[in-house]
Amino acid sequence: MTTHDIVERLKSKFNTDAILVVNEKTAQPIIQIPANLLLDICQFLHEDELLYFDFMACLTGIDNGPEKGSMEVIYHLTSIPYQRNLTLKVILPRQIDGQPPSISSLSSIWKTADWHEREAFDLIGISFENHPDLRRILLPKDWEGHPLRKDYEEQDSYHGIKVKY
Amino acid sequence: MSQAIDFQENRLKTGEGGIILTSVEDLLNWSRLSSLWPMGFGLACCAIEMMASYASNYDLERFGIFPRPSPRQSDVMIVAGTVTFKMADRIRRLYEQMPEPRYVISMGSCSNCGGPYWEHGYHVVKGIDRIIPVDVYVPGCPPRPEALIGGFLKLQEKIRQEHPIAPTLLLELEAENHTT
Repeated sequence: MTTHDIVERLKSKFNTDAILVVNEKTAQPIIQIPANLLLDICQFLHEDELLYFDFMACLTGIDNGPEKGSMEVIYHLTSIPYQRNLTLKVILPRQIDGQPPSISSLSSIWKTADWHEREAFDLIGISFENHPDLRRILLPKDWEGHPLRKDYEEQDSYHGIKVKY
Repeated sequence: MSQAIDFQENRLKTGEGGIILTSVEDLLNWSRLSSLWPMGFGLACCAIEMMASYASNYDLERFGIFPRPSPRQSDVMIVAGTVTFKMADRIRRLYEQMPEPRYVISMGSCSNCGGPYWEHGYHVVKGIDRIIPVDVYVPGCPPRPEALIGGFLKLQEKIRQEHPIAPTLLLELEAENHTT
């Protein structure tokens, strides 16, 4: 089953044309999906017997900066029995009414997503809905800001220690 | 065969008991610098070089240096590696738990000044001397075991110059203050 077949299967199942393939020429094409369908699509990819993506290999958060005004979440899925990989991409607005973007958590489907989503929350500031335990994973809990954002500015001091060189 | 050997001059050990004349300060300093026990912890790649220094090739134990598992038994803290702000609180607490006299060796560029993270490392303390006082800085990224040994020799030199006994005049003044 090629990426094209997977996309067709998803389009007919969810009755939508909003599922796009980004740059088909790459070795691992990226499928872009709308954020509101993410949980249902992933549930289907996980459960469907012909697809059976039983393993989430990676989850990445990307900030495109205030000029582009968007953030991305990229999911790398693997089907171990079919030896097949799939890359999903969701593009989110950088801010909604001054609030950081938010997207459904996939930790109910793949346990891997739990800590990966915490990392994306910690460093980029994307919040994941219905996550069981959404707190910082790398930085201390009293840290200010999300350091991998393009417009991040480090605080002057942390616990009385000057931060800048 | 009849040539006389000057044992004193050649510092030969005869096995016959003798008397060594020295000052208490020199004795204390000598014993301190000959048994510097570092705290056994490492933070990053510098710790690999530190472990190599402990191991048989470089054998820090010939200087009386071997790691202790508790800050309460340690004389010297080797800050070997990148100190993040999250770790800084722990480092400070460990330092405070060490009994005096205590010494700090800052090993490698990261703990000296932030190293490669000096400009964009939002999470790295730009020099361990912003948290605790440092006695010896060992440069390098990471420093070779020879460099760490060099740092210890420098620290030994420093300890050799110390005056662990309070001057008698000071003691007399203190005694006077107590009586009056």
